[in-house]
Amino acid sequence: MTAEEVVSRLESGMTLGIGGWGSRRKPMALVRALLRSRITDLTVVSYGGPDVGMLAASGRIRKLVAAFVTLDSIPLEPHYRAARERGAFELMEVDEAMFLAGLRAASHRLPFLPMRAGLGSDVMRVNPGLRTVTSPYEDGETFVAMPALRLDAALVHVNRADRLGNGQYLGPDPYFDDLFCEAAEAAYVSCEQVVDTAELTKAAPPQSLLLKRHTVTGVVETPNGAHFTSCAPDYGRDEAFQKRYATTPWPEFEARFLGGDEQAYRAAVGEES
Amino acid sequence: MSEAVAAREVTRAEYCVIACAEAWRDAGEILASPMGLIPSVGARLARRTFAPDLLLTDGEALLVGLDGTVEGWLPYRAHLDLVTTGRRHVMMGASQIDRFGNQNISCIGAWERPKRQLLGVRGAPVNTLNNPTSYWVPRHSRRVFVEKVDMVCGVGYDRAAGARFHRIPRVVSDLGVFDFATPDHSMRLASLHPGVTVEEVRDATAFELTVPDEVPETRAPSAHELRLIREVIDPANSRAREVGS
Repeated sequence: MTAEEVVSRLESGMTLGIGGWGSRRKPMALVRALLRSRITDLTVVSYGGPDVGMLAASGRIRKLVAAFVTLDSIPLEPHYRAARERGAFELMEVDEAMFLAGLRAASHRLPFLPMRAGLGSDVMRVNPGLRTVTSPYEDGETFVAMPALRLDAALVHVNRADRLGNGQYLGPDPYFDDLFCEAAEAAYVSCEQVVDTAELTKAAPPQSLLLKRHTVTGVVETPNGAHFTSCAPDYGRDEAFQKRYATTPWPEFEARFLGGDEQAYRAAVGEES
Repeated sequence: MSEAVAAREVTRAEYCVIACAEAWRDAGEILASPMGLIPSVGARLARRTFAPDLLLTDGEALLVGLDGTVEGWLPYRAHLDLVTTGRRHVMMGASQIDRFGNQNISCIGAWERPKRQLLGVRGAPVNTLNNPTSYWVPRHSRRVFVEKVDMVCGVGYDRAAGARFHRIPRVVSDLGVFDFATPDHSMRLASLHPGVTVEEVRDATAFELTVPDEVPETRAPSAHELRLIREVIDPANSRAREVGS
């Protein structure tokens, strides 16, 4: 598939999960393709980084589900902040572990999972729809019933994949990309390189095979597809370019870097360095 | 260098390192999760001295020994699961903290339409309900030590309703150390860093703080600890960038 073909399967109003974490292994080439489309009114579910910043800045988000939005080396995401401070979208702010439980519940086909996280905090105040459950056993303890975060589609980026959708991460952290795929009706995987299935385990152990083909709908080869976020060990975060992103007014950044296709993006980035 | 001479030259940042390190004293075989520079120096000092069994990460997905030797794998999902086992003591930052230890890192102003959007709740709710959570505030002021936080992320004693695993062992700032050892679990001044007065702390705190009749000084680092801080753990003196002298 191509990034454009992935986007052609998405629709306005969908609930879209985006893998990675903060400014790490984000499917940015797919996000850029999404930004070139007219798709909007999205519910975005993400351990947020520049994916959220860009989609929020360009007005594509109706509702965000997140525990944070950060660029890691730049703690506060400026474009996200600006959008949030002008009240650009609805927010379901939950804790990192609640978010994880929501993905797990969705992948397990459960309506919710019980947990302590959230009790006593204002997460309960700002999400009046959150409910609690009481343990049916002797302890009788009260828990938050974190609802499943079901996704219409998921976008994730990994180091390698085969054409069937078996996806491999080679860095130290899988993040939650497998759960995003399992929680979604359709999952699209971009990767640095598409290889033959037999190649996947030639140089890496089988436990690096994070994504299973039965959970993946389509694979796109997008070299440098996580840029400017990190994609260890293929490349680190492009800190200089991330700083440029963080300090450039959004309309200017969009015009300079996102006006054309992925090749034009790469050329524009190349001119920067 | 004698102990006495060393003590005279100890910087405020180094007292803060000691105050943070003490949070992990005798903690046993648990994960220390320091957020911020001085807590990180403190955790590594504790690991090298009075808390030798502590587990530490490289800041990413690996558990590492003092020389950087990898001894374990702790990606985010495993880290979040470890929190629920309770075998962890985290020291988080706080954009706001109140009298009962409610902490905010999410936003300033009304949550519905914040004046300033900050990080988000992150893991503060899960941390405070599951493992001991301490706080580090590098610049103690009335903007941080507030009467009421705008968004409760980390849960304080008045809202924890006796939750089984809720505990806030200490709050360390550039002025002193605070705990909740009062009948109603409100904040108490536990020690002052040398050179700081009770009045200074009261002026920089927007809520009524319990102050005992006798307030001890934060203990000084030993000559051995000072050597470790200055020569081994933080030779670049980056701690001075977080707390000036």
